[in-house]
Order: sequence, then C-alpha cells, then structure tokens
Amino acid sequence: MGRVRTVFEKSVDGRRGSSVPSSGFPKRDLDEMIPKKFIRSTPLNLPKLSEPEVVRHYTNLSRMNYSIDVGFYPLGSCTMKYNPKMNEIISRFEGFTFIHPYQPEESVQGALRIMYELQEKLKKITGMDHFTLQPSAGAHGEFTGMLIIKKYHEDRGDFKRKKVLIPDSAHGTNPASSAMCGFEVVELKSGKDGRVDLAELKSKLNDEVAALMLTNPNTLGLYEKEIEKIADLVHDAGALLYYDGANLNAILGRIKPGDMGFDVVHLNLHKTFSTPHGMGGPGAGPVGVKEKLRDFLPVPIVDFKNGRFYLNYDLPKSIGRVRSFHGNFIVMVKALAYVDFMGEEGLKKVAELSVLNANYMRKKISEFLKIPYNDFCMHEFVASGEELKKYGVKTIDLAKRLMDYGFHPPTIYFPLIVHEAIMIEPTETETKETLDNFIEALKKIVEEAKSDPNLLKNAPTKTPVGRLDEVRAVRKPKLRWRGDDK
Amino acid sequence: MKRYTRTHEWIEVDGKVGRVGITNYAQDQLGDIVFVELPEIGKELRKGEVLCTVESVKSASDVYAPVSGKVVEVNVDLDSQPEKINKDAEGEGWIAKMELSNPSELDELMTEEEYEKFCSQGE
Repeated sequence: MGRVRTVFEKSVDGRRGSSVPSSGFPKRDLDEMIPKKFIRSTPLNLPKLSEPEVVRHYTNLSRMNYSIDVGFYPLGSCTMKYNPKMNEIISRFEGFTFIHPYQPEESVQGALRIMYELQEKLKKITGMDHFTLQPSAGAHGEFTGMLIIKKYHEDRGDFKRKKVLIPDSAHGTNPASSAMCGFEVVELKSGKDGRVDLAELKSKLNDEVAALMLTNPNTLGLYEKEIEKIADLVHDAGALLYYDGANLNAILGRIKPGDMGFDVVHLNLHKTFSTPHGMGGPGAGPVGVKEKLRDFLPVPIVDFKNGRFYLNYDLPKSIGRVRSFHGNFIVMVKALAYVDFMGEEGLKKVAELSVLNANYMRKKISEFLKIPYNDFCMHEFVASGEELKKYGVKTIDLAKRLMDYGFHPPTIYFPLIVHEAIMIEPTETETKETLDNFIEALKKIVEEAKSDPNLLKNAPTKTPVGRLDEVRAVRKPKLRWRGDDK
Repeated sequence: MKRYTRTHEWIEVDGKVGRVGITNYAQDQLGDIVFVELPEIGKELRKGEVLCTVESVKSASDVYAPVSGKVVEVNVDLDSQPEKINKDAEGEGWIAKMELSNPSELDELMTEEEYEKFCSQGE
C-alpha cells in the first residue's frame, strides 16, 4: 500500500458534499454586514469532495487503526484492558450528555451523585479518606498530588523540603511532575532484586525531602515487599509517600495503598477502570489523600449534606482549581459503571487474573527470551532483547516484527534499568488462546532473528506504512499539514 | 590523559582543561541522539552533578560531570548536529570543556583498559 492521500489532495474544484437551498431572504453583500478589515482576503482552503468520498476517506483511515477492539494490545504499564461496551451505552444517556456545568445544582443531583459515589468507591478501593476527580489524566493527577504535598509542608512552615526521591525504575512522568512543582528530583538506585534498596533510601532521606514517589507493584511488575518499612522510614523523616496508581490493576480488591502507608494516590480511570485510552481517551486521574491532606485538595469537591449533593468550595487552604469545571465527567460515569458491574468479588478477580496471565506469559517467554529480574511478578514483566544483539537485531526490530503477526507491540526501552527492555502486560481480559498465540509469534520471531534477521530489520511489511523514520520525526517534526508538501 | 566514569562519560585532560563527552558505548546504548541540552558556560559543578541532558529516540539521559570544575566552552555544533555524538562520540562529538578545580579526582576514574573491562562485564 502506498502513501495515503490526504483529504486535501483528493479535492476536485467544483465538487461539494451538499447544496444549501435558498433562504428566501434578499441577498446582501458581505461588506454591508461585516467591516472590511474582518473579511478574509484569500479564500479558505477547504477540500472539495462529495459526501461519499468524505465518508470513504475517513472510514478507510479508521480501518488502518489498531485498537483493543481489533486485537491484543500488551502495552506494558498502560493496562490496555478491554473497554466494556456497557460503559459506552450508559455514558451516552441523555441525562449525562445534555447537561451543562453551569446548571443549578438542584437540576443535576443525579450527575453529582455519580461523582460522589465514584469518590466513595475509590476511597474504599484505595483506603484513602478523600478524593478529587478533577485531574484529566495520570500525569495531571501526579502534578495535583505533588502540589498538595508541597502545600502541606509549606502550611506547616517547613520550607526546606525541596527534594523528591524517585526510583530509577519509575515512570518518566514522576520526575517530570515533581520538577513542574519546583522540586529537585533525587534518583534512588534500585537494589539487585529490582526493588527499593532500603540502605539507599536511608542514605537519601533527610529533612530536605518532601516525598518519595513510588508505584507498587513497580515498573518491573515486582511487588515492593518492604513497603511497610519504606513507609515508616519516609514518615520518620517527615516526608510523605506518594502512590503512582498506574499499576493498581495488580492489587485491586486485594491490598489498599492506604493500608501500605501511602498519603497521596493518583489513579488512572483509563487504565484500571476500563475507560478507553490510547489515542481514544480522554482519561481521568482522580487523586486520593489521607485525612491530614484534605484541606489542600483542589476545589470544588463533591459533598453530601442534608439529603443533597453539592459542590464544596469551602476549603480555604486548597491548592485551587486544576481543571476547568469538574473534570472529564463522562469518563467518571464509565468508571462507576465498571466498578458497579464488577462488584467487590469481580474486582478481586481482575487482580487475580491479571497476575495469573502475566506469570503464565513470563514463564513461557523465559524459555526463549532473557528476563533479567525473573521473579514471581504481578500484572506485568520485563524481558530483554539483549541476547539478540549478536545477530544484529535490537528490541525495536522485534517489536516491529510483532506487527506483521497482527499484534500491537509491547512497551519497549522502558523501564530504563533493563537494557533492550520489552515490557509485557496482558491484562485480565485476554483468553489463554490469545496469550498462546502471542507467545508462539514471539518465539517464532526470536528464531527468525537467528536465521533471517532481515525479516525483523525490515519489519513491519504488512501494515499500511512500513518502518517510520523515528529519528527524523524527532529532529525535523512536521506537526501539521501546510498545503505545500505533496 | 583520558579517563572514563562508571556512568559512561569520558574526559581528556590537557593542562588544566579537559574535554568531556559520553563514551562510544553510551551512544551505542542510547541509539540515535536527537537533542543535546548543552550546559551553560561558567557553570560550576561538583563531580557527579548533572552537566547536561542528552536525548535519544528512546529516552532522555543525564550526563554527569566526571570531575569538579567550571564549564569554559561547549560544542555548539551539537545544537544543529546532535548526530555527531553517534558518529564520533569520543572525538568531534565532545560536549563541553571543563576547567578542573581538583585534578586529583582523575585518579578515581578508569583508564581505557579498565573501562573496556567494566563495559564487557555488562555494566
């Protein structure tokens, strides 16, 4: 398949999608109604096509897309689980889609109740005392959570705490969010077992540390077994413990971050709670806090008093708004639908099956690909393409070849502490047959790497476009079509 | 005199000034370099502090000062041609020149032979 022509290139002069009937009013010149300086001097460059041409153009584009509804999407760290269609049906009820944030509270009690109930359920799931639903996605949640931590220390009159500790295996957003809040990031080297090294942590903790940002299970898919000791060390030093909720799927209904000692938690509704993501969002990144941090939450929070739900702006120490209006409301509807459909037992099963699926794959894949921290894992694991280098093949080639077998490639080159990393997260919604098909494809590709490495280096060949020039895309990005390049 | 760090920087000293860059091994691990955030001239650093950041297609990585000292010159060519690091990491792809404030720190670094051995042991 050659390059896909843009809708502008398909344009033919004189063609149009619809014809507007005469209004019956006398025709007036534009400059009679609009001052001349506001009138365009050059015509707007719109493509000229018939309606079926437009429909076919976009339908064909959509068929080139890859999504969880098309196939397996084991993108490590992203929890690409199936998005139940029931969520979509419910979230499209007119009562949800035809309301406006400026409506009086009395007329949107149902919507406020949805938000309130979601807050209550997230509290129960995470073991936190209060929630804000405002943040738009994970990194936005991190930013909000770290601002709360900053405000907490400043409110105590403690202005020394300028540092945030972050393990070298952390999601890249953690140091970025901390830096955005004005903190200095201090890296914690992981121990030999891929987990937090208590001695390293002790050596970096002091009265200048505001918080430790952690995800548990960590990005290697390993559970931080010493989490209680870690929490004690952090709290004894006067710092707070932040939970990156990206990996919550592994522990849903089983353990609560609040019980582990975390003070602030952000969740990704678009990961753990099955709302769509991956070019399909939008996401939502609610933040939960322990009681002592309630006063710093963004306003408004949704509260309930005297039989009525209301937006509570009465938090004088609030960090302020972090979002226009009340966040991505429709995403909240979907998440609550998911939690209610699954129920407590269902959510426990999510954690169990996601861990079972990951370990099944880890065990099978370890027979032909190196797994550096090959320990019992949680919902995901990290393999390495290091040993394929001697055949002139890198992990990126392996990933690209998987596309020829019809799979979305896993996350690669992350976490940074594993060379040639390939990070696999199957999630709980996949069948054993799907997992087996993927394992079989990966095994075949590893054999191809040895017998015919060019098959990998030239991949993908069965996709709408072949290997893209990632270097040029970064060095000379073209971010929009300007009409002058064919 | 050329010395190497465990964090994959090199320094080649001539008198009081040393040219600093990332090693050939490091550029190979990082893959295609797409951007170098050069340090400011005059910046004073202690050994092990972040000198600058190098961005590849895969990730953004900190480059650490191999010794303490002051940045006296930077390789401005890297602004427009970051690929120079991939082509010649330990030559034309140098990043900065530093005036050493404590030359004895060089003794703590590795020789070329030691560094090669260090890399072959898989970090």
